[in-house]
Amino acid sequence: MNVESMYQEIILDHYKNPRGKGRLDSAAAESHQVNPTCGDEVTVQVATDDSGRLRVGYEGQGCSISQASASVMAEMVEGLDPKAAEEIRAAFLELMHSRGDAEPDEDILGDGVAFAGVAKYPARIKCALLPWMALQDAEVKAGITVTVEGETRS
Amino acid sequence: MTQTSVAPTEASAPDGLRPVDVARIRRDFPILARTVRNDRPLVYLDSAATSQKPEQVLEAESAYYRRCNAAVHRGAHQLAEEATDAYEEARRVIAGFVGASADDLVFTKNATESLNLVAYAFSNGTAKGVHAPDAVDPRFVLNPGDSIVVTQMEHHANLVPWQEVCAKTGATLRWIGLTDDGRLDLDGLDTVIDSTTRVVSIVHQSNLLGTINPVSEIMRRAQAVGAIGVVDGCQSIPHMPVDVTALGADLVAWSGHKMLGPTGIGMLWGRHEVLDAMPPFITGGSMIETVFMDHSTYAPAPKRFEAGTPMVAQAVGTAEAVRYLDALGMQNVAAHEHLLTGYALERLEDMRGVRIIGPRDNVARGSAISFVVEGIHPHDVGQFLDDRGVAVRVGHHCAWPTCRRFDVPATTRLSTYIYNDTTDIDVAVEGVRAAQEFFGV
Repeated sequence: MNVESMYQEIILDHYKNPRGKGRLDSAAAESHQVNPTCGDEVTVQVATDDSGRLRVGYEGQGCSISQASASVMAEMVEGLDPKAAEEIRAAFLELMHSRGDAEPDEDILGDGVAFAGVAKYPARIKCALLPWMALQDAEVKAGITVTVEGETRS
Repeated sequence: MTQTSVAPTEASAPDGLRPVDVARIRRDFPILARTVRNDRPLVYLDSAATSQKPEQVLEAESAYYRRCNAAVHRGAHQLAEEATDAYEEARRVIAGFVGASADDLVFTKNATESLNLVAYAFSNGTAKGVHAPDAVDPRFVLNPGDSIVVTQMEHHANLVPWQEVCAKTGATLRWIGLTDDGRLDLDGLDTVIDSTTRVVSIVHQSNLLGTINPVSEIMRRAQAVGAIGVVDGCQSIPHMPVDVTALGADLVAWSGHKMLGPTGIGMLWGRHEVLDAMPPFITGGSMIETVFMDHSTYAPAPKRFEAGTPMVAQAVGTAEAVRYLDALGMQNVAAHEHLLTGYALERLEDMRGVRIIGPRDNVARGSAISFVVEGIHPHDVGQFLDDRGVAVRVGHHCAWPTCRRFDVPATTRLSTYIYNDTTDIDVAVEGVRAAQEFFGV
């Protein structure tokens, strides 16, 4: 494992060309998360549309891992049923806590699989998780139900 | 790393100074022989965070535990005597290193505790003053309208405790601002420090910017308005000769682990009269004179501030670190680092897209050099350096407001010590260049 393989092309691409970045017109709630050891910041806003599907906006500043993770997250969960978004969040969390030994499921995680190498660097796991923590917190504040049955997590 | 190069000071030590023999010194530091990440030799450039420890220090600490470990200042047995002697001898040696008397040196668990000890003297003094004004020296009672002065380049350890004191006492926090090149802006000094000022607490050498501040000048101003003067010496005392009694300060805090000593020990030097007037911080055993059910009286300083079982092995280890540094000579240490700093500044200045945060001229400046690389977050720079075996610090370095002052979220910081030479700087510079190539900036 070397550093170049941690910085997958997908991560660099999301870092340089962030998807879905920006604030929502009308957010139900938002969450500002900071990594106090390095100063990385991300604010995630959430809302649901008329059919109950998730809308996500974000802004932030920080390292490539935290900002690319926010971009991947926004792209993946935008327009999803909150429950489906929670499934992805749970899978991403599991991947980050795998110490790099997990076989990530691309069907669930999409571009999120590119972060598998990050799990080998304990100091960077928090960077990758920052936007996902903000998403969860914003959903709780917005009263969006995201409970996932244990058995539905693979 | 392999030591094929000549130490930078070898040929160029100024008159009267002895070159620091880096190759020989490195043999005393077992950790420097290890490899990291894919068998890369370790290039340690993070001594401003914590220094590495020579064999002599490890051995002294271990020998204390092997031979004379016992509770100090109590017990009638031989080991207790020997342990007490070792502890008090360490105090004498460490005090001597900074030109002080042993009676004026307090051991704490780290420099943050030393600074909190001072800050709490004010909040405890103020609280006590409400009920028992006669029992407190009025210098330690604060009121709304009083001010406390720090600088915009303080480590959080010399900022947050004062914010707390202000919140508890109603005093106002003021600070000396910074110029764009990372120096204190002293133009308005006499307005910032005025007749309302009761405490002036400033850093000697910035851990983020590397700036060495004119502390004597500021302490003179503090003295003129009758304020207690405090200096954070964490980054200066390990790297240059410092006589704490000559700074014009009342109190000076620093730690052992940044000067080749073990973790778990901090120092607080104080003018004896000031220490003796300060209300205690942590109370309990060892710090008392007499105890009754309803009240107690306290031992004189330094014991008054050393409640509980002290850090004996750490004191012994730090004393050994002081002997190691004394044998090298602090003038020589400072000269060695001055040359390394000049070299590193030059190499970084030559790089496209690199901006140094802090003084760019090698004058009144220590060896901690912060920089940002255009288009690459410091975390990512640090990761690239780590991949090459280079240990640097990234982040806000516990000086977040200082980062904000320079409009950067974080920096990459390299910092040197006696075991570094120019080849270490070269490896770091190459690592930064590789990161620039990889990120295409």
